[in-house]
Amino acid sequence: MTAPAVTREPQEHRTGVEAVGAGLRDRLQQFLAFASLIVIFVFFSIASSSFLNYTNVTAILFSTVVIGLLALGTTFVIITGGIDLSIGTGMTLCAVMSGVLIVNSGVPVLIGVIGAVLFGGLIGLINGFNVAVLGIPPFIATLAMMLVAQGLALVISDSTPIYFNDAPSYISISTGHLFGVNFPNAVLVLAVAAVIAAVVLNKTVLGRYTYSIGSNEEATALSGINTRRWKMIIYTLAGLFTGLAGVMISARLASAQPGTGLGYELQAIAAVVIGGTSLAGGKGTIVGTIIGALIISVLNNGLQIMTIPQEWQNVILGIVILVAVYADMARKRAV
Amino acid sequence: MQRKLGALAAVTASALALGVAACGEEGGDGSAGGGGGGGGDTPYIAIVSKGFQHQFWQAVKQGAEEEAKAQGARITFQGPPTEQDIEQQVTMLTNALQQNPDALGFAALDSKASAPLLEQAKAQSIPVVAFDSGVESDIPVTTAATDNKAAAAEAAKQLAELIGNSGKVAVIVHDQTSRSGIDRRDGFLEWMEQNAPDIQILPVQYGGGDQAKSADIAKSIISANPDLKGFYGANEGSAIGIIKGVQESGKQGLTIVGFDSGKAQIDAIKSGVMAGAITQNPVGMGKELVDSALKAIKGEKLPKVIDTGFYWYDKSNIDDPKIKAVLYE
Repeated sequence: MTAPAVTREPQEHRTGVEAVGAGLRDRLQQFLAFASLIVIFVFFSIASSSFLNYTNVTAILFSTVVIGLLALGTTFVIITGGIDLSIGTGMTLCAVMSGVLIVNSGVPVLIGVIGAVLFGGLIGLINGFNVAVLGIPPFIATLAMMLVAQGLALVISDSTPIYFNDAPSYISISTGHLFGVNFPNAVLVLAVAAVIAAVVLNKTVLGRYTYSIGSNEEATALSGINTRRWKMIIYTLAGLFTGLAGVMISARLASAQPGTGLGYELQAIAAVVIGGTSLAGGKGTIVGTIIGALIISVLNNGLQIMTIPQEWQNVILGIVILVAVYADMARKRAV
Repeated sequence: MQRKLGALAAVTASALALGVAACGEEGGDGSAGGGGGGGGDTPYIAIVSKGFQHQFWQAVKQGAEEEAKAQGARITFQGPPTEQDIEQQVTMLTNALQQNPDALGFAALDSKASAPLLEQAKAQSIPVVAFDSGVESDIPVTTAATDNKAAAAEAAKQLAELIGNSGKVAVIVHDQTSRSGIDRRDGFLEWMEQNAPDIQILPVQYGGGDQAKSADIAKSIISANPDLKGFYGANEGSAIGIIKGVQESGKQGLTIVGFDSGKAQIDAIKSGVMAGAITQNPVGMGKELVDSALKAIKGEKLPKVIDTGFYWYDKSNIDDPKIKAVLYE
């Protein structure tokens, strides 16, 4: 965000032919991520007879939901050239808020869910204000929020989990089966959220400004766009996804666990990066992010099924992130 | 504009921070129980635990507070956010020593990492009472802890009986570095190796005590092993994760044995999803800790180890008052 504009890809000055070439390359990058997902998937299907079946595939999708939701919101922030470290503990704080509303205050489940999601939006709005208006670097602003959220989750809940056992409809948001046998609702929630995120990013003014701020913030501001306001909106949007993730994880566990959440932000950022979104900003897609999140959960699941020792699972995941980011850089250098 | 806003923000933030600090202090005094404005004759015990990720620590805290109130002592009870935050725990220990307490209660996340600070406590003549995990050092005057290896062996024995001494068993442990993780894994594995040769143990998986992560691991194991017969979860997060994973996968007929308590685990035992679990005695541990610390302050001799005990509980005895007293939700 603060890097000089000259290091940005000079998209504005491309000739027609170059632009077509760049478009193709973007699509190639997405195709590469998708191809690696397929390769990993096929590999595990061959390597283990227990991998490719309905139950296991739905288990993989289910385990993608929370990280996937966090990654969707973070995609917007990262495309602007920012970062959001507060999503992990922010998610936990929203889960606690959901518990406070539904369990402790007895509001209807639907209102509680909306409240928790909006509370996530509030966290995002504060992040956005700190970044866009106060000019605090996103890394620092959201690091601070990460700590605030972590502490507040413990304070508000009195360091005790809040249980949703008396609100079965809340639990069914995640583990219920609206469609068919053993297909958890949580996966539908992620699918709908991903479609909404894709529409917002590709078809709306907000999406266009997200890319434009990430490509060249100064030029965007000079062309008369209120970048401060739009950045606040983008961080707020990311916060809404954090709130939804808080609802989904607490519905799955039938409880808001106030001591957890740290580390989820890094997994979400990893998903976004594997999906081809550049940390330098200006580039990225929702499809890529979903593919990135799927690659992580397919790897986790597949390596566990093959009973690879857990220590090595992390090593392999780390290497995958390196390879994905290197491939992205190599592609850019070729431009 | 920017500068003005900056100044405003700084002022607001500091005011807010001070306000929060003030609130925190009030709350702290209130919960410390009996502390008459610091100093005086009231002995002060600083306790550094492993944090608040598990309800277990709330129960230890409760026991410690009850005992402190009964004997007229002042305590502080702190812990890092998660059980992986070794460095933060070391910092807390440093700060606790700065306050020059009359005694120190300490549950080490990593006993070697805290060795220099224990030396410092010795130099300051502050008696150290270890709790929950043993510390590999002769500085602590005593260690109030569960014999985790014996407790895990009991879990193994119960599980082996329930599945008829044969079949595949999967194990999910919270981590591979903490004393309790190692002992609860090895106690289980060693008992199985010596006493149940027909039981096949799958490679141990680690879920960091995170319920959602442990649930995903459990589901992978179920997918990979359709003939699985039993599950062992070595702490609250692992055990509840297994319950969630089994429920989500819809798999029937698995025998699950857990560790510690927590509402989800208690409910699962009552409903029959889980066969039973080992519980430690966290409230008793907190009491022993404060009692031992007060004895150490008076210079009384203490045994090297105080076994705070464990129980196997299942559907049949879960409402027994003796068990109920040590379970927490």
